[in-house]
Amino acid sequence: MIQPDQALPAPGIAKCPTGIVGLDEITGGGLPRGRPTLIAGAAGCGKTLLAMEFIVRGAREFDEPGVFMAFEESESELIANVASLGFALDALVAGQRVALDSVQIERNEIEETGDYDLEGLFVRLGCAIATVGARRVVLDGLDALFAAMPSATIVRGELRRLFRWLKAQGVTAIITGERGEKALTRHGLEEYVSDCVIFLDHRVHNQVATRRLQVVKYRGSRHGTNEYPILIDAAGFSVLPVSSLGLTHQVSRERVSTGVASLDAMLGGQGYYRGSSILISGTAGAGKTSLAIAFANSVCSQGGRCLYWSSEESPDQILRNMASIGFDLQPHLDHGRFHCHAVRPALYGLENHLVRLHQLVGLLQPDAVILDPITSFVAVGERFQVQVMLTRMIDFLKAAGITAVFTALRQGAEPAYLERTDEGISSLIDSWLLLRMADAGDHRERLLSVLKSRGMAHSHQVRELELDATGIAVRDAATRRLPG
Amino acid sequence: MNASHQPVSDADHVQSKCADDVLQEARVMPQIPAGLGYVLTLYVASLSPRSVLAIRSVKEVCEKHLGGQYSLEVIDIHERPALAKSDQILAAPTLIKRLPLPLRRLIGDMADEHRVLIGLDLRARADGSDPRD
Repeated sequence: MIQPDQALPAPGIAKCPTGIVGLDEITGGGLPRGRPTLIAGAAGCGKTLLAMEFIVRGAREFDEPGVFMAFEESESELIANVASLGFALDALVAGQRVALDSVQIERNEIEETGDYDLEGLFVRLGCAIATVGARRVVLDGLDALFAAMPSATIVRGELRRLFRWLKAQGVTAIITGERGEKALTRHGLEEYVSDCVIFLDHRVHNQVATRRLQVVKYRGSRHGTNEYPILIDAAGFSVLPVSSLGLTHQVSRERVSTGVASLDAMLGGQGYYRGSSILISGTAGAGKTSLAIAFANSVCSQGGRCLYWSSEESPDQILRNMASIGFDLQPHLDHGRFHCHAVRPALYGLENHLVRLHQLVGLLQPDAVILDPITSFVAVGERFQVQVMLTRMIDFLKAAGITAVFTALRQGAEPAYLERTDEGISSLIDSWLLLRMADAGDHRERLLSVLKSRGMAHSHQVRELELDATGIAVRDAATRRLPG
Repeated sequence: MNASHQPVSDADHVQSKCADDVLQEARVMPQIPAGLGYVLTLYVASLSPRSVLAIRSVKEVCEKHLGGQYSLEVIDIHERPALAKSDQILAAPTLIKRLPLPLRRLIGDMADEHRVLIGLDLRARADGSDPRD
């Protein structure tokens, strides 16, 4: 489902799979085997975690024991920090699958009395590698050496020797270093690691943090060059390889009912195309969620699965409200056909939502996905970013052949305004329904029109949408407004 | 070798193959009990010219300035890698002054006697400052 950027391993470069979701796709199979990779980034962007997951997955999934040498944290801190991610590091250490060593030097204890080298570091590393038969090595926060040792000249010389030595050992290594002001890392570690450089970034926008990963360099291998969103959750590290869909995805000629027979009639008599993207936009209370739920109910009633992504209402609230117009979703929920994911958009960055969508789709394999409403994402990011994220979501769902329904809230009732999409995604949408409230003498009525629907003969009339305890119906608006 | 004078406890840091290595060390005047004088451990990497220079320099300084009130243990990190880990050795040579407190690490070939004396707290720093400040 996920289409990596041109990710085929180039001949000649052996790859060492990280086992980290998404990263192996971007790098065409993993990190360069038997060589060091540099991971640079600011504090708190996930360098240590990425490196640790490389070691843990290596030991658990690829039968490649590893050594983790930490320059900033103690061994017990390391174990405690990753315990929440389900990495039973202490068990791997006890089983001699992983060796930990923590380098802790107090600079103010040190007095320089002449020439020296860092043979102690080599000896410790060599001992740890021999103890577990390591194939993978991590040197986390290596640039702390510059702070610990009085002579930067000696450290530089020894680092050069260290990387030669690591290559001679044949281990696949990750070196992490703090991001620098001018260079990639504060102490220019990139000077020593020439094979593969990965950059991690951590941005805060509107008090919401998002992390991104970029493969800056990968000698002898093609790799995706975009910035990829990353997510750190209970399962560890995920990188989201988002590629533009292009226009190569298969389109379906199959149709799926909207859940409202009279609306199906407006759409060439058969409803939406399977796997298409549908936008339902309209003013508050005009029935957007009701129409979306009608579709969800229809999908589930035919044995399909539906993921309902609610940005504003809790699952209970949706169930109650929809029961009032005749849709009983409880059985679908009980049978696992209807899955409700309710989360406030402002809780996470846009990328996190995108990653979560990928995860949920991978987990649930739904036939339909409903995002209700997409307008609430605007609170999380800049308009352009929101547009990019929605485009990625639409592309992803299209490529996966999933029918997607998006609802969008519109303020004001001017038709010219209603027919705009703030999110800038109208060109990606296949079918677009517009809902609005209108005064009709003594009452207000909901008006529905089909703004567009690609590939089908659809109605151009404005109809009235009626909601009652038995369900949703679309009627000819004129029949009530002009009696007789 | 007299284990009771072994100043480094490596029991908790035994790492299979490495720790089984035979302990080889040169000990100078091990009879001085801790507390009455200086307790020093010199870590070197094999008997390289730099190691030899460091061992000779440290012995000279001790004889000259400590008047026999010290114990010095010399350890080859290649022979005892587990000790290199537990004693947080990075640089070779490294001389650890365990007693009297505060603990200090002197790194280098010990050729600069002035710096060695400062490191052993036998000579005041030029600016009179404590490096811990």
